[in-house]
Amino acid sequence: MDSTILTTVIMLGILAAILAAVLYMVAQRFKVVEDERIDGTESILPGANCGGCGYTGCRAFAEALVKTDDISVMFCPVGGNAAMTKIAEYLGKKVEAKDNEIAVVRCAGSCENRQRVNEFDGATSCAVMAATYSGDTNCSYGCLGKGDCVSVCNFGAIYINGETMLPEIDEDKCTACGSCTKACPKLIIELRKKGPKSRRIYVSCINKDKGAVARKACKVACIGCAACRKACTFESIVIENFLAYIDPNKCRLCRKCVEACPTESIIELNFPPRKPKVEIQEQKTDNASSEIEQNKIVL
Amino acid sequence: MIKTFNKGGVHPPENKISRNAALEQLIPEGIIQIFISQHIGAPAECIVAKGDKVKTGQLIAKANGFVSANVHSSVSGTVLGIENIADYQGIKKPAICIQVEGDEWEESIDRSTEINRDLSKTSEEILAKITEAGLVGLGGATFPTHVKLAVPKGKTAKAIIINGAECEPYLTSDYRVMLEHGEELLIGVQLLKKAVNVDKAYIGIETNKQDAIDSLKKTAVNYSGIEIVSLEPKYPQGGEKQLIKSITGIEVPDRALPIETGCIVSNICTTLAVYEAVQKNKPLFENSITVTGKNLKVQKNFIVRVGTPLSQLIKAIGGIPENTGKIISGGPMMGRAISNMEAPTMKGSGAIVFITDDEAKRGTKSNCIRCSKCVAACPMRLQPFLLYKLAERNMLEELKENSIHACIECGCCLYTCPANLPLVDYVRLGKTRAMKLIAKPK
Repeated sequence: MDSTILTTVIMLGILAAILAAVLYMVAQRFKVVEDERIDGTESILPGANCGGCGYTGCRAFAEALVKTDDISVMFCPVGGNAAMTKIAEYLGKKVEAKDNEIAVVRCAGSCENRQRVNEFDGATSCAVMAATYSGDTNCSYGCLGKGDCVSVCNFGAIYINGETMLPEIDEDKCTACGSCTKACPKLIIELRKKGPKSRRIYVSCINKDKGAVARKACKVACIGCAACRKACTFESIVIENFLAYIDPNKCRLCRKCVEACPTESIIELNFPPRKPKVEIQEQKTDNASSEIEQNKIVL
Repeated sequence: MIKTFNKGGVHPPENKISRNAALEQLIPEGIIQIFISQHIGAPAECIVAKGDKVKTGQLIAKANGFVSANVHSSVSGTVLGIENIADYQGIKKPAICIQVEGDEWEESIDRSTEINRDLSKTSEEILAKITEAGLVGLGGATFPTHVKLAVPKGKTAKAIIINGAECEPYLTSDYRVMLEHGEELLIGVQLLKKAVNVDKAYIGIETNKQDAIDSLKKTAVNYSGIEIVSLEPKYPQGGEKQLIKSITGIEVPDRALPIETGCIVSNICTTLAVYEAVQKNKPLFENSITVTGKNLKVQKNFIVRVGTPLSQLIKAIGGIPENTGKIISGGPMMGRAISNMEAPTMKGSGAIVFITDDEAKRGTKSNCIRCSKCVAACPMRLQPFLLYKLAERNMLEELKENSIHACIECGCCLYTCPANLPLVDYVRLGKTRAMKLIAKPK
């Protein structure tokens, strides 16, 4: 009895020792040497795995950052300049600071501005809808409102406004990863320079139809009248195919174009309210005085 | 013996309520718009300019390359110019606009109703006439006929199959053509046979059109090598691959063209157009369109000039009835809803179907319970529920592996789905995306 147990223990012990030795040798022989810096770089990256950098995820991007010599063209939109400078320091490479960007929805065709002429009964997906026909309004360029952009956003930064049925961007959450710009079949969403104090001006329309056709379909369509181009003192506005586009790199945020636009298709964001005009002030004082008079009568 | 294909298919209510309405000419008025691209392949090249006077049947846009087709004027009048016109789906395409002035035909067209039984033309002559006439498949796909008839090197054609199944509910224009132009049709078949040098032709007709089968059988006695085949009424009996399987028993291999089986399939209306093109010198500028619906007072089978605005068809049946929920171009299974009622008709337009309010809407969508009804109904042996899920998640590699390319978008899966899932919507989307992936050069 004793000898059986003993033999088993010894046999298994020897077997274990041999196998351990083999495993050790194999592990040494086929060791994968991975650059430790990849782990380090990955830990600096935000870990969102959004694909905004153009790589399949943060790990792939970290690998690319370590392996590439010139990383000045690579950028993590989620981590932004802060993360990129940290990585540059860590890897001893150079990066260039980039302007912060943010997604903007270039369509203002709310239910009120743009009449619905038919009803789509198919799958709730912009991609399906765009593949089927031109859309449920007379504007064949505008937002379809089925929320493909919402479903691809990893940061919950975009949502459909129930009243206008248009997507809106949460400025604090948007990281400019660009997934929504790729998901939109109508290419409405654009990544634009965030601007100082998040102030920015853009044309909220991409309708390339002639002015009359565009206006008939939507009250706030860009009709390509060029009033904004005339008003702009910095030559930042180009008009192509009856559609104005403001170059964010040339725009100095003077807001003259916003005032000039007859269809209110140019949108200004995060600006302080304008100084009220003199005429309005006069009206107000008139009202005030008449109120005082009325009060007098009552009294 | 009644033949059929063995896997899948559905049989929706036939609703062929316009079957007794004889074919009727509809001459357009005002302005007509003819799309430059009425076919699959390269758009034709416009050869008329603003202000030109054109006659009915005159060539106005020339085929641009081999896979392309000529476009002819369907009316006589003055060219107003080329403009971007919205089609049924509201998508803008270039079209030639013509102001209608009378109806003066090209002198070369034989307008007599006498049947021309002369079959002495050679294969080359027939093919040249077909190419000249701008013929395209009128079953809906609008593939240029001369390309279809050009048998690739190394392959041999053995038989011509004429698709008289008309398996879609509501549609009756093919049926009317078979009844009213039976003999012309059979001459068309003989011409097709001669064009590709085969001596066997089948005409497959569903048994719900027994009178068409009988009348064609009677006439076919005078023409050698034409067999009328009775088919079981089942959708999609008229699908190219299903039809070949039903009639010859041969399965078209995956990723192969029907010519692999030695069969060339042609539509009824296309065959009649072949007759008209070869024997009467008449190019393709009009086609038969069924205008039908349960809520319509009159059911019509029109012969309509290409480019006639839909609004004139609607006017001819007395306006859109009040309780109309949806208007479909084509049959209710494969057709698409029309969003632009001002759009002009095209060569491939086969029907305008009015669907009532209560029948127009889809049911409420719920969850897939893996009942596999869609798998049983799929005539292409696919798994629609799986393709739907994959397409929804945009998993293109997996879609490719699961043979999404084989889907013929017949809609049987959606028809049977108890959960009302938008199966075809997504499969169609996934197919377009995955096809791009497959077509990409490595």
